[in-house]
Amino acid sequence: MSGSGVRGVEPSDRALERLREVVQWPDLAGTRYELVGEVARGGMGVVYRARDRELERDVALKVIALEAADGSTAERLRREARTIARLEHPGIVPVHDVGTLPDGRVFYAMKLVSGRRLDELLRSGLPLRERLRLLLRIAEPVAFAHAHGVIHRDLKPENVMVGPFGEVLVMDWGVAKDRDQPAAPGGSTPAEVPGATAHGTIVGTPAYMSPEQARGDVEHVDARSDVYALGAILYFMLVGRAPGPASASPDAVTRTWVGPRTGSPRLQPPREIDPELPRPLEAIGLKALAAEPAARYPGVAELSADVARFLEGEPVLAYPEGLAERALRLATRYRTPILLVLAYVVMRVALLLVARV
Amino acid sequence: MAFPNTRRSLVLAVQSEDAQERARALEAVAVAYWRPVFRHLRFRFGARDEEAEDLAQGFFAAALEKGWLARYEPARGRFRSYLLACLQAYVANERRAGRRLKRGGGAATVPIDGVDADGEPSELPLAAATDLEAEFQREWVLGLLALAVRKLRERCAGTSRELALVLFERYDLEDCEPSERPRYQDLAREFDVPVTQVTNHLHWARQRLREILLETLRETTASEEEFRSEARALFGSEPS
Repeated sequence: MSGSGVRGVEPSDRALERLREVVQWPDLAGTRYELVGEVARGGMGVVYRARDRELERDVALKVIALEAADGSTAERLRREARTIARLEHPGIVPVHDVGTLPDGRVFYAMKLVSGRRLDELLRSGLPLRERLRLLLRIAEPVAFAHAHGVIHRDLKPENVMVGPFGEVLVMDWGVAKDRDQPAAPGGSTPAEVPGATAHGTIVGTPAYMSPEQARGDVEHVDARSDVYALGAILYFMLVGRAPGPASASPDAVTRTWVGPRTGSPRLQPPREIDPELPRPLEAIGLKALAAEPAARYPGVAELSADVARFLEGEPVLAYPEGLAERALRLATRYRTPILLVLAYVVMRVALLLVARV
Repeated sequence: MAFPNTRRSLVLAVQSEDAQERARALEAVAVAYWRPVFRHLRFRFGARDEEAEDLAQGFFAAALEKGWLARYEPARGRFRSYLLACLQAYVANERRAGRRLKRGGGAATVPIDGVDADGEPSELPLAAATDLEAEFQREWVLGLLALAVRKLRERCAGTSRELALVLFERYDLEDCEPSERPRYQDLAREFDVPVTQVTNHLHWARQRLREILLETLRETTASEEEFRSEARALFGSEPS
């Protein structure tokens, strides 16, 4: 250690930079935690790395941002913590504790996740099959949450962490719709996207948002809205960008699917961007991204099953294949035994010819 | 140098009719802005330490003598931006006069608008280049923090709060890697106090530091709006 912390000595630039962070930190006096540093900052709260003195481990503390601190935000954070606590699944980050800081702000402590964000990982380049296996792992905790009456409503690559061993954690349940928990006071939903209109409250991230969410049609948001978002993640995995607009305007989101005059879908099919992509995979993505919830997979399990079928070389439900495509798929799927049989036949014929000579 | 007891804006006090008050206020402004001005001269214009020091002193002396800061109009923008524009004009003037910072001597050139034929800042621009502003802002914030630490030390010296200051310096001011930073329990052992006392002392010291920062911000801004905006930038939230 250098001596810049010695009394009377002018603090170094590095010490002052740290002090600049410290003056923004929440006061954890009276809690079992020591703040180590800031990890991430969102609309509702800030996530810090902190030391749990009692259990001698590092945790992540989510604290309401000072500017967002009011009664309803506090209740939203408590709701989020309770929702996550109810969802005990290896793919959902566990909550350890909920508390109140001396300044009245609510916080909760959760497992400190190490790994990379899915969007960063995907940009680093992964083989297609590996990307699809990741999608299946993301779908597992989402399906689990649905079985417990919780709709995530903000699934996107930025909200998925992938650990060093490929383990997947679905993060940020702050805007989840929980069947078993009353809506937060001051609004029917836990977080709002600027651009809310008379349609209702818009919740989620526009680029990955289903049309019903974009309209603020809270009543019709259900598991199929998360199916849509998983379809949007699949789209990102296939072409490297989100299917929807960056703007939160409901009109902008709606225009993603329906052209102003023809009524035809305007969502750019993945194969238009990359013609090398398999047609069945494109069909799976487009079915999950259907504008009408009824036209999508009825649940996450059905979407996962179709992706798994594709990975196994089986026909997928979203894509009715022709005879030639079926033959090609079977040839690809059974390439090894077919090659062995062919080699055997060639060898026998060669032996016969040799014997005749 | 002691700050005036009043929490009145020093920026407005430099416009006082009373020459003594004006000089005192300018001296206090010079203390608060010394670091960004010095660093700007040192690194942006490539001046050596002694040159930068001379120039900084010369700049504040000229500001007092020629009444530049008295011409500041809060409605036109932040005081910091105005001060930066004055500084740039001053450096251009010095260059033109060939006194210091010879052109091309490793110094970065900055276009200066609003400098008249005598090199005086006739109509000073309030908006400087964004990166210059950002750099000046960073140095201003670090200078403000350093100043607040000095004041905290002064306030704690010889009082029962000396331990709070020592703990604060060990935990929050130590220049070390995050992995080397002591834990509360390490400090508790080192100073033979319960961990809760470490927490309480750190809480007290950080609170005082925030208060001092707010006081200093109040003194070095010209309007309530500017004060709140600066506080928001520094603390990430509105001051309570």
